[in-house]
Amino acid sequence: MRRVRGSLLTVVTWFIALLFFFPVAWMVFTSFKSEGAAAANPPSIFTELNFDQYQAVFDRGMGSYLLNSLMASVGSTLIVLLLAIPAAYALSVRPIKRVQDVLFFFISTRFLPAAASIIPVFFILKTIGALDNINALIFLYAAMNLPIAVWMMRSFFSEVPIEIIEAAQIDGANLRTEMLRVVLPILLPGIAAVALICFIFSWNEYFLATLLTTFDARTTPPFLASFVDGRGQFLAVLSAASTLAVLPVVAAGWLAQKQLVRGLAMGAVK
Amino acid sequence: MTTTLTPTGRTPEPAPPASRRAAPVHVSPAARTTARQARALVMPALFFAIALTQIPFLVTIYTSFLNWNQLRPDDIEFAWFANYASLFTGSDFLPSLWATVTITGSSVVLSLIFGLLFAILLDRKFVGQGIVRTLMITPFLIMPAAGALIWKFSMLDANVGMVNVGLNLIGIPSVAWNTDFPAVTIVMLLTWQYTPFMMLILLAGLQSQSREILEAAAVDGAGPVRIFQTMTLPHLRQYIEIATLLGGIMLLQVFDPIAIMTKGTGGTKTLSYLLYERAFIGLDIGQAAAYGVVTVIITIVVATVALRTLFRVFMEGGTR
Repeated sequence: MRRVRGSLLTVVTWFIALLFFFPVAWMVFTSFKSEGAAAANPPSIFTELNFDQYQAVFDRGMGSYLLNSLMASVGSTLIVLLLAIPAAYALSVRPIKRVQDVLFFFISTRFLPAAASIIPVFFILKTIGALDNINALIFLYAAMNLPIAVWMMRSFFSEVPIEIIEAAQIDGANLRTEMLRVVLPILLPGIAAVALICFIFSWNEYFLATLLTTFDARTTPPFLASFVDGRGQFLAVLSAASTLAVLPVVAAGWLAQKQLVRGLAMGAVK
Repeated sequence: MTTTLTPTGRTPEPAPPASRRAAPVHVSPAARTTARQARALVMPALFFAIALTQIPFLVTIYTSFLNWNQLRPDDIEFAWFANYASLFTGSDFLPSLWATVTITGSSVVLSLIFGLLFAILLDRKFVGQGIVRTLMITPFLIMPAAGALIWKFSMLDANVGMVNVGLNLIGIPSVAWNTDFPAVTIVMLLTWQYTPFMMLILLAGLQSQSREILEAAAVDGAGPVRIFQTMTLPHLRQYIEIATLLGGIMLLQVFDPIAIMTKGTGGTKTLSYLLYERAFIGLDIGQAAAYGVVTVIITIVVATVALRTLFRVFMEGGTR
C-alpha cells in the first residue's frame, strides 16, 4: 500500500515537472520547424525538422548581439569578483568595525530598484556620450550584482575554518599571501557559484539594455523583443533566437546546478 | 595578536545594536594595522556601490522636485512638491499602484504555493530525482525576455497557443488570453519564472530539518499532516519569509514581461512601466523621477511592514 502510494507520488511529480518544463521543450521543438508548420493548428508534431531558422537568425545579425551580451556579462562578472572578494574577506575573516552596518548597506542597494537611478544614469551617459556603449553596461551590471555577490561571498568565507588563517598569520604570511595561497583555493567553489549567478543576472538583463543601448552595444534581450514588431509569421524564427539566447545560461545552470543551488541558498538564507 | 582578532562578521544573525556601542577595548598597534588593511579591502566595493547606486538615487530625488519636460528642455524650474501632488490628482498613479500591488502580490503568493508544493514533492527519494529538479529549476534560468515572448506567442496565443490546445483537449473552448486577460498572462509567466526560486529556498529549509526529530514524532504516532503542521511549517517560517521578501522585491521591479507582452494595457501598467513610459515616451522627466522615488519608498515599506504583519496571520492559523 505504502509502495503504491510512493510510486503514485513519483508519477505525479514527474508529470508536474514535465508540464512545468513544457514551454521550454516546445520552444526548442518549434525552432526546428518551418514557419508554416509552426503556425499550424492543430500543432504539427510529425513535420520536417531542420536548422533553417538558425541560419535566418544569424542572417539577422544575432551573432553581434550575442557577442555584446557575452562582453557585458563576463566583463561585469570580473569587476564584481575583483571588488567583492576582498570586501567579503574583510567583512568575514578580518576584524572591522560596523560589519553589520556595511553588510546592511550592501544588501539595501540591491533592493534599490533600477527605476530609482535610471533617469540620472541616462542623462549622465548621454552627456558624456556613453549611450550605446558596452562599457557603460558593464559598469552598471557590476553595480547591480555587487551587493548580492558580497553577501553570498561572505557566507562562503564564513565557512573557511579560522584556524587555517590564523596558522598562516603565525607563519608570517602577509595579507596578499594569506589571501592568494590560503583562502582563495578553499573558496574556489564559492567563487564559481557567485560568478555564475552574476553572469546569469547580467546575461538576462533587459531594462537597462533596452534603454541605454540602440545598436552598437545592443545585447540579446532587446534584440529578441524586437521580434514583437515583426510582420507575418515569426514563431519559428523567434523560437530559434530564444533557444540560442537562453542556451548559455541554461547550460551553465544545469552543469553547475550544485553550486547554483548552494549559492542561492547561501545568499538567501544566511 | 590573535586574541584581538575576534571575527565579528562570522555570526549570521545581526548583532544587537547595543553591542556596537560597547566601550572600546584596548587595541594593539598591530591590530590597528590589520583593521586599516581590512578597511582598505572594503573601500573599493563600498565606493563603487555608492557612486553607481546611491548618488544617482539622490539625483533622482532632486529631479523629482523639478518641473522638467524634455519637450521644453530650456524650461527647467524648481517645482517643490508639484510632481508629488499630481500623483494623487492625476489619473495614472493610483491605477498603476493597484496594478503593481495585484500583479506582485498574486505572483508572489502563487509561486510560493507552487514552490512549497514542488519542494515537498522533491524532498523525498525517487527515481530520477536529479532530472526532475533540473527540469523544475529551468524556468528560473530562462531569459525573462525570451520567456515573455514564448509565453505570449507560443503558449497563450488565441489560435496556435499550446495552452488553448490543452484546454480544447479537455473540452474547454479557446481563450484570447493576450487581449482579454492581459494581467492574467503576466501573472502566469511570473509564477512560472519565480516558482523555482521559491522552491529552491524552501527545499533548503526542508532539508535542514532534523530527520531524527521527525522520525521520533512519527514513532510517537503523529500523522504526516500533523507533523507538517506542527513541526515542518514553523521550521519553514523563516525560509518562507525570506523567499517572500526576496521574491517580492524582485517582482516589484518587474518590467520585461510588461514591456514585451502587454505594453501596460489591461491593468498591467506597473510603476516601473509607468516610469518608463513617462520618462522615455512622455519625456516628463520630473514626474517620472517622482514615480521612481515612490517606487523605492514602496519597496522599503514592503520589505519592512508586510513581512511582520502578513506572516503573523499566515503562520498562526494552523500552528499554535
